[in-house]
Amino acid sequence: MINSKYFFQGFSCIKKMDSPAIALGCCFIAIGALLKNLGFSIQESIFSTLLTYALPGSLVMAESLLVGASLVNIFLAVWLVNARLYPMTVSLMPLLMHESQPRWKYYLSCHFIAVSAWLIMKSNHEKIEKENRIDFWIGIGTATWSVAIIGTIIGFIASDYLNKDMMIGLAIVNPVYFMCMMVGAMKTIQVTLSVILGAILGPLFFFITPEWSILFGGFTAGTIAFFVGELNDK
Amino acid sequence: MTSNIVLVILVTSFATYLSRFLGVVSSEKIKETSKWFRWFNCLAYSTLAALITRTIIFPVGALDEVSYLLRFLIVLISLLIFYFSKKNLVYPTVLSAIILGLFNSYYG
Repeated sequence: MINSKYFFQGFSCIKKMDSPAIALGCCFIAIGALLKNLGFSIQESIFSTLLTYALPGSLVMAESLLVGASLVNIFLAVWLVNARLYPMTVSLMPLLMHESQPRWKYYLSCHFIAVSAWLIMKSNHEKIEKENRIDFWIGIGTATWSVAIIGTIIGFIASDYLNKDMMIGLAIVNPVYFMCMMVGAMKTIQVTLSVILGAILGPLFFFITPEWSILFGGFTAGTIAFFVGELNDK
Repeated sequence: MTSNIVLVILVTSFATYLSRFLGVVSSEKIKETSKWFRWFNCLAYSTLAALITRTIIFPVGALDEVSYLLRFLIVLISLLIFYFSKKNLVYPTVLSAIILGLFNSYYG
């Protein structure tokens, strides 16, 4: 079913020196503490990370609960902020798909698509034969998912001991980590332009439409970067 | 577990999984060597960059209490540490939290 050799090879990616385990763990410690302050029980907090496993979506859910938003509003707000997962999935799955592998692996393991696991897979996929990439990916996903769940539990338990400065310190870890990872991924014109233009246009679109700024900014920036990269290759 | 919170979690999970699921459905028809794939790759990186900078400039939660200047300063210092540590991800990440926590406790 799942090739254990490649699964554990993927799983062990979080043990590396530059693994996302620390950043991811810190982010979910903050989420665990936040959920406890919102009145979640420990089971509900674990259930939330287990099923959602997307940090911005969890933050939006928490924010929506605070203002008493309806279920439809929560759905729309979370869907909008997590719509980035669609291009992330389309830009990853073709690298993992192989005719010898069953489809269910792709439909189940897409749950692991989140920035940290996605960036690790994108930078390591060439080292693994295509046939085994899905098992490697399931290993990476299981590892990062486990870190997120453990982080949530720690955050929930430690929330009484975390003061405001500690929470602020934890909150910066996520953007700094991903910013560095994205800068490290800037190896082609298309990716470099995508990152730079996305970083500029995302916040600019916020002034026009806050809810749609990530999608509009990302779409415009990515499309410009794509055409510039294609023209440059000719 | 209260039913209201469980319902909210289920709705949040469904809204999140939907994009992932539709992504796999679309991927069935996209080859990794195609222009479509390269375009989606650009969109993925640009939306991520948009999300990250939005988190820094217009944050939700604890970061909202930190001034713009301090947030930019921390990001700048972290990127410098990233380059000077030969692109090690652990040093800038851990140090950013410590530096911001300390700055905020003294000047916040």
